[in-house]
Amino acid sequence: MTVAARLAPGARARRGLLPGTQPLALLDSGGAPAGQDGLSMPGPDVLVGLHRSMVIGRRFDAQATALAKQGRLAVYPSSRGQEACQVGVVHALRAQDWLFPTYRDCVAIVSRGVDPVETLSLLRGDWHCGYDPFARRVAPQCTPLATNTPHAVGLAQAARIKGEDTVAVVLLGDGATSEGDTHEALNFAAVWNAPVVFLVQNNGYAISVPLAKQTAAPSLAHKGIGYGIASQQVDGNDAAAVYAAVRAAVDAAASGAGPALIEALTYRVEAHTNADDATRYRTGDEVREWLARDPLPRLERYLRGAGLLDDALAAEVTAEAERLAADLRDRMSAEPRPDPAEMFRYVYARPTEALARQQQQLAAEFDAER
Amino acid sequence: MTSLADHATPARESPPQAPVSMAAALNRALGDALAADDRVLVYGEDVGTLGGVFRVTDGLAARFGDGRVFDTPLAEAGIVGTAIGMAMNGLRPVVEMQFDAFAYPAFEQITSHLAKLRNRTRGRVELPVVIRVPYGGGIGGVEHHSDSSEVYYTHTPGLRVVTPGTAADAYTLLRQAIDCPDPVIFLEPKRRYWATEAAELGLRQGPDIATACVRRRGSDATVIAYGGPVATALEAAEAGAEDGWDLEVVDLRSLSPFDDATVAESVRRTGRAVVVHEASGFCGYGAEVAARLTEQCFHYLEAPILRVTGHDIPYPPPMLEAYHLPTADRILDAVARLQWDENA
Repeated sequence: MTVAARLAPGARARRGLLPGTQPLALLDSGGAPAGQDGLSMPGPDVLVGLHRSMVIGRRFDAQATALAKQGRLAVYPSSRGQEACQVGVVHALRAQDWLFPTYRDCVAIVSRGVDPVETLSLLRGDWHCGYDPFARRVAPQCTPLATNTPHAVGLAQAARIKGEDTVAVVLLGDGATSEGDTHEALNFAAVWNAPVVFLVQNNGYAISVPLAKQTAAPSLAHKGIGYGIASQQVDGNDAAAVYAAVRAAVDAAASGAGPALIEALTYRVEAHTNADDATRYRTGDEVREWLARDPLPRLERYLRGAGLLDDALAAEVTAEAERLAADLRDRMSAEPRPDPAEMFRYVYARPTEALARQQQQLAAEFDAER
Repeated sequence: MTSLADHATPARESPPQAPVSMAAALNRALGDALAADDRVLVYGEDVGTLGGVFRVTDGLAARFGDGRVFDTPLAEAGIVGTAIGMAMNGLRPVVEMQFDAFAYPAFEQITSHLAKLRNRTRGRVELPVVIRVPYGGGIGGVEHHSDSSEVYYTHTPGLRVVTPGTAADAYTLLRQAIDCPDPVIFLEPKRRYWATEAAELGLRQGPDIATACVRRRGSDATVIAYGGPVATALEAAEAGAEDGWDLEVVDLRSLSPFDDATVAESVRRTGRAVVVHEASGFCGYGAEVAARLTEQCFHYLEAPILRVTGHDIPYPPPMLEAYHLPTADRILDAVARLQWDENA
């Protein structure tokens, strides 16, 4: 076999895998059109919808952070600062598509329409996953990181095998791109030409470890190209750009063009979780620099300039966000009473005799205490 | 529960059966499962064109097409991880880990996700995935080709772990595993791949997937084995008969869940037990068997339950493995140590 023949048939034909020299953007940090080629500005309805979901998402996130401080949640990893990524990707999905989120993607999950209380089950600690993954096509949150990437590839490939028009979008962070599973998943996706999109939210830190200690690659988008996957960087604080990039990748994957990797450059404004102290590894100046690139005012300024948002609509959206937060507070104030019998119920399709005995034993201990 | 006696003694009236190897029986099971259900897929390293390094998937890609039987990149975590996604989307993947020790890169996907997604989602996500693992020694394999990795899996709630001891049961168990709504680790004792036996292959030729099976009736002591050592235990029982021992042999088939009823019934009847496996004894599967039987049969026991296992060493190189694997002699030595009272 000649060397040329050993190359995969499509490999030489694939062009343009490399990301551009700068991240794709539609809006600059001041909310003005960025004046770049490469992405199409979404329509007015989409932009207004992105704004609404980001306002609601940020309010949800603030409420969840407060609930963690009150001890109502075991822990909460905040999405603050990453709303453009999490809202942009969800709005780019169609109803038949699947989302594979991580623990930091609660705003994405709520934006997809999952009940906020059910979303917080994992972090409250009443169950590992509180929502039905099939209801909104949202997989359980991935906590080991990167392990959700082959799941997304397999689900997407199964859709192809079954002749269904479904794309899977998997969320991962900068740290997860160092994990082996990510690389295996990228490779499988490319070899299978699976309809899957990898959205890397590069927020600069894996808990405390900065990107410079995570990788020597020119960008995280470069990690896709070695597998034959078209990869690009996008401004992750520009909701319009994230939406446009993911939407184009979803449409391409759905039309049989195969997988894509998108690296969204963003920033984790809060510490890793409420249990973390970010001052031990980063400066306040750095945080302030990123706060100036906040995704919310950026889109809001653009919308007001374009006549798509006025004070009345802004007040309406804020009121909606407050209603969601109040409802979340109310429902989370009730002390959950998880049923110990559930620990045994779902281990197998039918509990084994040994599990049934253990469940009875536990019930007997309860009765003895009463 | 199916009557154990039905499987202990083959019907004498049945016509002579063509000899079949375990590899051929597994191949037939995969082919029949693929034919019976469009949702079944078979994939892994070299399982397509080549038919697997042990030829267990021989001819399946040609018969069912490379959309249903196909080769993958060399990446075990990817194989299992994608199988999870496929099962989430309604398919029933049967994937192969080429060798026992080559499955370890998939360990996180198996233990943290395959085993737990049903529980994580309160039963909403069902993962009918079968992971076939050629396991154990006795084939002269170089390092990393002969591990007995069963307890890594049996210690993980949410997985079923099964292993056949005979060719006929290999067919039955694999069909049952593929039909099972739970994820199944299917351990194939590779040193039994090529041994042939006269057997009729069929889905209803054996007991339920979670049930142990008495392979030989006896009254003096119960030898409990699974996978490769089942044949060794039967060999020991035959040899022991010449010395006057009447040994019962129980083939566990299902390592998780454990069939307490069948095994305890046997041990209560015989009063003595030896557990046999290839894996190291320390924290090995035999420890669990011995503990359970002690809890359930203490007042019936005439002697402590003994274990005949591999040594507590990394699996030895091919030229030394004969010193490691349990033999019929070693089993009979253990039987002789079961505190027999000469005057009884």
